[in-house]
Amino acid sequence: MSDTTAPLSRPGVSPAQAFVSAALREPEPAPVSTRGPVLWVRQHLVGSVPQVLLTLFGIWLVYVTVPPLIKFFLIDAVWTGTSREACLPEKVGRPVGACWPFIWAKMDQLLYGFYPASERWRVNVVYALGAILLLPLLIQKLPGKRLNAIAFFGVFPVVAFVLLTGGNLDMQRFLVGSIGSIGFGDLFTSGGSVQGLRASFWIDFVVSTVIVTAIAFLVSRFVAGPEAGPAAAKATLSMLGLLGLIIFAMDIDLGLPQVETRLWGGLLVTLVIAVTGITVSLPFGILLALGRRSKLPLVKALSIIFIEFWRGVPLITVLFFATYMLPLFLPGRFTIDGLLRALVGVALFASAYMAEVVRGGLQAIPKGQYEGAMALGLRPGLMMRLVVLPQALKMVIPGIVNNFIGLFKDTTLVLIVSIFDLLGSMRAAFTDPSWASPTTLFTGFGFAGIIYFVFCFGMSRYSMALEKRLDRAQRH
Amino acid sequence: MSTDPIIAQTEATAPKIAVELVGVNKWYGDFHVLRDVNLTVERGERLVICGPSGSGKSTLIRCINRLEEHQKGRIVVDGIELTDDLKHIDQVRREVGMCFQHFNLFPHLTILENCTLAPMWVRKMPKKEAEDLAMHFLEKVKIPHQAHKYPGQLSGGQQQRVAIARALCMRPRIMLFDEPTSALDPEMVKEVLDTMVSLAHDGMTMLCVTHEMGFARQVANRVIFMDAGQIIEMNEPNAFFSNPQHERTKLFLSQILH
Repeated sequence: MSDTTAPLSRPGVSPAQAFVSAALREPEPAPVSTRGPVLWVRQHLVGSVPQVLLTLFGIWLVYVTVPPLIKFFLIDAVWTGTSREACLPEKVGRPVGACWPFIWAKMDQLLYGFYPASERWRVNVVYALGAILLLPLLIQKLPGKRLNAIAFFGVFPVVAFVLLTGGNLDMQRFLVGSIGSIGFGDLFTSGGSVQGLRASFWIDFVVSTVIVTAIAFLVSRFVAGPEAGPAAAKATLSMLGLLGLIIFAMDIDLGLPQVETRLWGGLLVTLVIAVTGITVSLPFGILLALGRRSKLPLVKALSIIFIEFWRGVPLITVLFFATYMLPLFLPGRFTIDGLLRALVGVALFASAYMAEVVRGGLQAIPKGQYEGAMALGLRPGLMMRLVVLPQALKMVIPGIVNNFIGLFKDTTLVLIVSIFDLLGSMRAAFTDPSWASPTTLFTGFGFAGIIYFVFCFGMSRYSMALEKRLDRAQRH
Repeated sequence: MSTDPIIAQTEATAPKIAVELVGVNKWYGDFHVLRDVNLTVERGERLVICGPSGSGKSTLIRCINRLEEHQKGRIVVDGIELTDDLKHIDQVRREVGMCFQHFNLFPHLTILENCTLAPMWVRKMPKKEAEDLAMHFLEKVKIPHQAHKYPGQLSGGQQQRVAIARALCMRPRIMLFDEPTSALDPEMVKEVLDTMVSLAHDGMTMLCVTHEMGFARQVANRVIFMDAGQIIEMNEPNAFFSNPQHERTKLFLSQILH
């Protein structure tokens, strides 16, 4: 205490005011009027005048929407029949609701598009395999997550590709050949094929691998010091090796008839585009978000340009450009499959959106987390992977799933480039005169809506359960 | 005097001079935050650094593991000079442990995972070995039974003790403490200080930024007083507290000692 302050006047404490607690009181149950269902109704439904009004409004809303829907889709619906006759009110003699026989009749078209009937088992195998691999990945309690993830993200796409297209890629040239064909003619194409493999391609591949690895070795040695060389060479080599393995697997001729992608349609196309978009956009979006926050000006600028470009252009424009204008700019014999072009467009588009969501999460991580990780000796890559990203991604799960759901529904836009997804196939089915009835349209859109809803609502519920689980682990 | 076998083993191989700062200068933009700081810390020494806020004491110890970059002068830690060479920075960070005011535990990992993360990923230690090491140090800071909880479920004092254990799991030769008790309730300060005292008894080289003068008297070899980015006064604790020389030191001590 500094001695310049005057002493405070302190009147004495009378004996009645002094108090010492004798014992700690035991906790007692809350009064009955503050718990139970009566309280819940009072608090949640009829607590105040606005609450009463909202409750009445809600009841009215349910009354005007739910019974008519049930009446249309279930009570008045026609369930069996072989043609439009079954769904015409004047033939049936009563008001007709949903015309379900139309859906049953068109089911194959809705699920597979024009995929040849004899080959549809391949699509079913892909569906089944996807489900078998995905479900255990989503259930946290099951073991072997690492192996499961490799199977789903690494092996499954290759298997699905081979099964759906028939495999047997007609690869003519790799890097050297592509560059070479501009300058000094077809360098390796003279080689024949051995057991269905094109020797020319593989010679090209090996030569390309050696050259690229050597370049990586020299560049990193020159830029980052002598010890970085072998590491960079090893990384490049293993990446190209993996690529070679994938191409090799895709190239194997299993004797499956080729099915061109323009025959694909219906739910198959919807799922292929949505699943590819989702699985590509998340890792790519993370890389872009990290790039945008990078200290390296070139990386940062490229990330920003990429993100802003793709966010600034409507998806329809992207698809239109990729399908109809890209071929005009490419050399004549250089063609890319139509569905693949749409896939790339959708994936890049979704990545840009994902990048901004992830960046939001990265910005919310306090500086102390970075410092804590650095002080422990974690290098930037490990720090991001082990400390920052797990926390950032957890925080933005709602945003990520929002993007997934948006992407799933945006796949319908491929209709404008003549790829028939579920909705496109449905619209094609409407044109069949043998099923023209007053309710065909409503039934079809209703059915498509139900399918989209099942997938989107599933994603939503899963993400909420995931959030809850991650939260429970970390809360007090 | 208790001696932890693991800490003793690590310390035995360390060079004689733990930290050496020669003419260190640092600026934040135009603000001259460290002005010509010279300091030598020998192995096994315990230094307490105090001073008013903004005097550069945190910046000083954050320069020692390169959380902050210095612009002029030389910093040599455990025989390794800190330069732009990333390899040197990695080496130094492996040898230097640090505890922060706000603990900076990783909230998404359990206590045990917090402790095993760096040994497994930086030192490439097998999981089992890392867990044994983590449990050794969690026992040392007296919270082995909380190993499978998450940081958010622990009190502040417990979190700071976990942070100490986490740093020790990298088997550092030098420990830095940046105001480790400033964010704690009064009742929890003691448990953290006790842990630090026991660490001092194990022979750990320690640099502590703290205002806990009782701790300074009890364990420090030297007390350093900083103001305006410079070392104003440095002395052994008894002389420092009973007979401060510089006017600024006298003023500071009169404010914090009652």
